[in-house]
Amino acid sequence: MSGFDFDRRRFLSAATAAAGVVLAPGVTLYGIGAAARELDEPASADIRWGLLIDVNQCTEDCDACVTACNEENGVTGHGRPATDAQWIRKVRVRDPKTGAEKHLPVMCQHCAEPPCVDVCPTGASFKRADGIVLVDKHICIGCRYCMLACPYKARSFIHENLSDQKPYAPRGKGTVESCTMCVHRVDAGGTPACVEACGEDGNGAMLFGDLNDPGSEISRRIATYATHQIRGDLGVDPGVRYQNL
Amino acid sequence: MAAKTKFSEYRGWGFGYLALLAGLGLLVLAALGAAWFMEHNGHYVTGMTNQIVWGMPHVFAVFLIVAASGALNVASIGSVFGKTVYKPLSRLSGLLAVALMVGGLAVLVLDLGRPDRLIVAMTTYNFKSIFAWNIYLYTGFFAIVGVYLWVQMERRMNRYATAAGWFAFLWRLILTTGTGSIFGFLVAREAYDAALMAPLFIAMSFSFGLAAFLLVLMFACAGTGRPLGDRILKRMGTLLAVFVAAVLYFTAVQHLTNLYAAEHVGVERFILLEGGVYTTVFWLGQVLLGGLVPLAILLLPGIAGSRTGIALASVLVILGGIAQVYVIIVGGQAYPLVLFPGMEESSSFMDGAPATYAPSLYEIGLGLGGVAFALLMVAVAVKVLAFLPETVADSAVDPHHTDSSAAEPIAAAA
Amino acid sequence: MRALVLLLAVLAIPAAAAAQDGRGFGPVIPKGKGEQCVAETDYMRRFHMTELTHQRDETMQRGVRTKRFSLNECVTCHATTDSAGRPVSINAPGQFCASCHEYAAVTIDCFQCHAAKPGDGGRAGLPSPFPMTAAANPETVQ
Repeated sequence: MSGFDFDRRRFLSAATAAAGVVLAPGVTLYGIGAAARELDEPASADIRWGLLIDVNQCTEDCDACVTACNEENGVTGHGRPATDAQWIRKVRVRDPKTGAEKHLPVMCQHCAEPPCVDVCPTGASFKRADGIVLVDKHICIGCRYCMLACPYKARSFIHENLSDQKPYAPRGKGTVESCTMCVHRVDAGGTPACVEACGEDGNGAMLFGDLNDPGSEISRRIATYATHQIRGDLGVDPGVRYQNL
Repeated sequence: MAAKTKFSEYRGWGFGYLALLAGLGLLVLAALGAAWFMEHNGHYVTGMTNQIVWGMPHVFAVFLIVAASGALNVASIGSVFGKTVYKPLSRLSGLLAVALMVGGLAVLVLDLGRPDRLIVAMTTYNFKSIFAWNIYLYTGFFAIVGVYLWVQMERRMNRYATAAGWFAFLWRLILTTGTGSIFGFLVAREAYDAALMAPLFIAMSFSFGLAAFLLVLMFACAGTGRPLGDRILKRMGTLLAVFVAAVLYFTAVQHLTNLYAAEHVGVERFILLEGGVYTTVFWLGQVLLGGLVPLAILLLPGIAGSRTGIALASVLVILGGIAQVYVIIVGGQAYPLVLFPGMEESSSFMDGAPATYAPSLYEIGLGLGGVAFALLMVAVAVKVLAFLPETVADSAVDPHHTDSSAAEPIAAAA
Repeated sequence: MRALVLLLAVLAIPAAAAAQDGRGFGPVIPKGKGEQCVAETDYMRRFHMTELTHQRDETMQRGVRTKRFSLNECVTCHATTDSAGRPVSINAPGQFCASCHEYAAVTIDCFQCHAAKPGDGGRAGLPSPFPMTAAANPETVQ
């Protein structure tokens, strides 16, 4: 390659050495989340990231998760509610017969069988090995078919020019976006911003973890209590579950 | 037996022809300007939102794509079903099919969030996506109809015309199945998610395509001074009535099936009763003006077969068709997504509330520009290649024509 | 022949003006932080786009987050600050990316979505998942 000795293997081994201590794979702790992967290690299919939201803990007046998400990912409005992006929103669900109300956050449900991925003509909408559903904005043509296909209204189209994005959350006009489960934090061994904020400023209603690890807190809770998947009847197997809904 | 049809280019440079080119060209330019404005500013300048993600451009694009495959039917009737009466019309039919398809796809592409990435759409595929299949169906359509036109126009290749016609006919059926399935495969939307979408779209294509063909044919014959027989027109008018009835039938089945399932009563109540503009457009636009009225014009004794009647019915079918596509695309999205069946939902993201949509002038301009571009292509093509038959008079094209008293000139207009 | 001479003369005017500025023909590029880039300059000039595209797919699709050819690292090292110490967009006129790309008349698509300025690590209070410092670069291969 043009006389330059490009030694990938040497470079990778250097990066591995620099990555520091690696925790045992699969160790999942509330508030800490994943074991940090080595930088050169791809996302693993042994893991499936998921969320558990205890609806009884979620109150109407709290929007800590929404605020944290917007701040973390640089999702700012333009004062136009119909076209402004929302990655996570608080939904009020009311039973018309009894008047009973619940309030819960809804975001991309990171389905195991995501309809958005099925319909995307270019493959820009894709599911990563560890179950996180993302949009590759490099090949998104902005056709918005995924927005029609999503059962959760989780996706937004960027309707205007943007600047001053966050370095770890690229977003731009003419492409579709949605909750990334804060993939940049997860890859670094952290938890999504909404979960962290819910624990710190909110009511501790959200739990993040590996659904494939039977020993994880989230798996144990799901095994113990009845949980609900929104539109579970569609068979898309969302990675976000709701308790006490 | 009628004499072999002669085809010729349109040789005139009259004011009318130039004015037509100029008018259509201006509409195309306006559409390009609108597209540039929308892309430059972002889609917030349109009426489209995160609720109505496909708006007026898609209504026009889907209408044109559906009509394109239907416009090919006249050629198919000649080649595939052996009706020699239609053979003189098959070149124009193929031309109009390609032109409408180009117009529709141009609108679709110019409304993408990133039209500059067209090359990505053409080179990167997810083969589970019906959209990706459609890209192949559309490009294949151009290739197949192109070959079909060539074997018709190249004398040495004429013997392959039937085979090419069969292939084109099957391809266009698959293509419209693909277009309908764009909506049929949307599992989460109450208004879509039905296998019926494919045959419904095929019926729509027969109807819209023939109506568009009839108007273009009548306009072309009048404009170039070529005779067009009453009998052949009436025949196509009756055929149009059959197609219009087929669309009404599939529409009725679609809504009746939904009404039977308690789960879908909500969306039916929205479209049929309480959807405001969508309800009006459905009943007045699609059913009455686009269905029942043209049916009456085309079939009632006394009116049936009159030129004005056929032209008027064709216009109504096209307007009703646009209304129908509007109700399907925009109305279907306006009905809120149901996340929690049986519950009331509300949020800052407009959950549980019917979406509102007001198409902007730019979107309508882009859509009309697609129509204008298609017609412009036809107008230019009939000038450079021999697409138009020199006569479509009954006595010239109908092997069973006996009415010798019809005073129609057989020779081409000088 | 006379026309050709005239043409050459016209072309020579801006070249001469540029030479007087001491700029020569090439673009003026702000110097990056640190001693050296992640690869030799010749290699980076010719292949930075290939490496960035490769890295982009590795990171986006597979979650590989090595820093050597990370766009964020490029920005961190090559972005400058104005007189008030605020970071300047790397795609602003005269800045690292823009100066060369304008000279070569090649549009940069990156910064329609990507941050053109170095940023913080994320939500306040969270330790930065990827420390955006030049020191975080892995050792360069000679």
